[in-house]
Amino acid sequence: MSETGEPREIRNFGPELDFVKPDNDVLIVKLFGTWKIGSQVPGFNRLTKELEKDSLIRKIRFDSSGLGRWDSILITFLLKIANYCEQKQIELTTEGLPEGVINLCKLASSVPERTAIRTSQIKLSLTTRVGIHVARIWGSIAETITFVGEIAIDFFRFLTGRARFRWSDLLLIIQESGAQALPIVSLISLLVGLILAFVGSIQLKMFGAQIYIANLVAIAMVRAMGAIMTGIIMAGRTGASFAARIGSMQVNEEIDALKTAGLPPMEFLVLPRIIALAVMMPLLTLYANLMGILGGMIVGVGGFDIGIREYLNATKGSLTLTTVGIGLFSSFIFGILVATAGCLRGMQCSRSASAVGEATTSAVVTSIVSIIIATAIITIGCNILGI
Amino acid sequence: MIGEVQKQNKDKAVFEPIIVVEDLTMAFGDNVIQRDLTFTINRGDIFIVMGGSGCGKSTLMRNLIGLQRPARGKVFYDKESFWDIEESERERILRRIGVMYQGGALWSSMTLAENIMLIIQEYQKIDHDQALELASLKLALVGLAGFEDYYPSEISGGMKKRASIARAMALDPEILFLDEPSGGLDPISARMLDDLILQLKSSMGTTVVVITHELASIFSIGNDSVFLDTESKTIIASGNPKKLLEECDNDTVRRFLTRGASEPRIQAIGRA
Repeated sequence: MSETGEPREIRNFGPELDFVKPDNDVLIVKLFGTWKIGSQVPGFNRLTKELEKDSLIRKIRFDSSGLGRWDSILITFLLKIANYCEQKQIELTTEGLPEGVINLCKLASSVPERTAIRTSQIKLSLTTRVGIHVARIWGSIAETITFVGEIAIDFFRFLTGRARFRWSDLLLIIQESGAQALPIVSLISLLVGLILAFVGSIQLKMFGAQIYIANLVAIAMVRAMGAIMTGIIMAGRTGASFAARIGSMQVNEEIDALKTAGLPPMEFLVLPRIIALAVMMPLLTLYANLMGILGGMIVGVGGFDIGIREYLNATKGSLTLTTVGIGLFSSFIFGILVATAGCLRGMQCSRSASAVGEATTSAVVTSIVSIIIATAIITIGCNILGI
Repeated sequence: MIGEVQKQNKDKAVFEPIIVVEDLTMAFGDNVIQRDLTFTINRGDIFIVMGGSGCGKSTLMRNLIGLQRPARGKVFYDKESFWDIEESERERILRRIGVMYQGGALWSSMTLAENIMLIIQEYQKIDHDQALELASLKLALVGLAGFEDYYPSEISGGMKKRASIARAMALDPEILFLDEPSGGLDPISARMLDDLILQLKSSMGTTVVVITHELASIFSIGNDSVFLDTESKTIIASGNPKKLLEECDNDTVRRFLTRGASEPRIQAIGRA
């Protein structure tokens, strides 16, 4: 096999290079051993050094008689040589290389280079980048305002009975976001009630005022915590699912199909979701309030020897219709916020699977942030109004 | 004399423009996709929009059906400038159009029958049973009889495409846009779709705009076409695809229509 008299075993060693100069202006590159990905490939600079040493060299040839198995790593090495030779105007002859190698090299170098413009690769200065970000933020604010405006118009259409959506869709969403959320709402609000009672009891016990556990739990749950916790559960559960659902419809061109069929996606997809949450959130919150009070009662009755009747009476005494009303009003607002954030992020979703993931995350973050901000506004507002 | 008049009438019937595109330029921001597109689609034609992958065929469709506003230029439907009229007027034009999207785009929360019925009931005052009958008819026309209660996730890719055509035909549109109807289908299913398109055209006189790069379909159904070029970003050939194959001397078009057979052989090792 080996015409040059190389020992046969050398083919099984790692990749190696050697140089022979039969003439003054010719360099023969001898390739030995196995050129496979993962093996220690000789540095390209060994060749360039060899060429720099002797500037007379105008031709490069190859001798692959000692070459063992090879893969793409050899091709990349040879292409690097070809590239270098083109720059230095050195003639390169491929004869002496295995036929497969020659074909692959031809294939790799005959592909016309893509002329497509990739704007993302242009380097931008800091000011430009800051500017782009500001413009983007401004754009997204404008987008959100437009979206909210469209919802308002569609809601008006709904009130006047002109909105177009399927009632079966609305009922399905109500079932998914309402009834099916009961287990998790039960668990979380029961535990929140328990926690409030425990944390409060430590302080109240010092004054012998354990009975006020009932007041503490009732007011905290009904006025704020019930609505906030339900809102956060709905943000993670339903808001995320709205964003994912509408986002994947965007990816699938289903939204486009709605548009061209003359069914406005805002009315058809967004409106029923907002109505569903605006209706279901207060109901869920009412339920969460009851569960929270039950949680408090478990601690009060079980741990601090308060009678059930006594506990319920104290609860009843501490609650007013205003307190309940504030809680339910907040939850109504939260419902609209969560649904709007979910649908907005879904509609903004671009056409890829990763965009759906981003939309979902962003929907949850937007919902929770807006819930907290809304709570702050409502609390401050109530304070100013003196209720 | 009479014969001449008749012939003229016939010519007129054959070349009645239904969509006229004038100097249309499409762009995303500063990135121009295609520029200065001018062509006419005649009533009753099967009009092919062809070109290499990523040349803007689907974007052209989005510009024609109201999903994306052109950067410049006009689209006329029966002499009405589509992008210059009120949105409600645009919706009226869209009602005459049926669209099949690349991936089918069936509404995944509804069964196949509901997908079709939704559109029918939106525009026609008919009861549920009648709408269901119509939906069943449309499904039967595309060979999906008996699949009324299936959800899009329960059927194969080829069936989705056919169901999507059925939905596009829901209102018996004058113009049908099909985005890659046979892409990703086996040769036999693709052929069946082509036959379906031909039958639609001959039996209902539907004008069909097909966006495709499947050569078999291009030659068997198309009687007019435009070729969008990726390099020069505009139309480089138009006309009957079969004639283009015989007569067009543009290298890119020839290579496209012959699957690259007329391409000069790969030359000697590029850089070596």
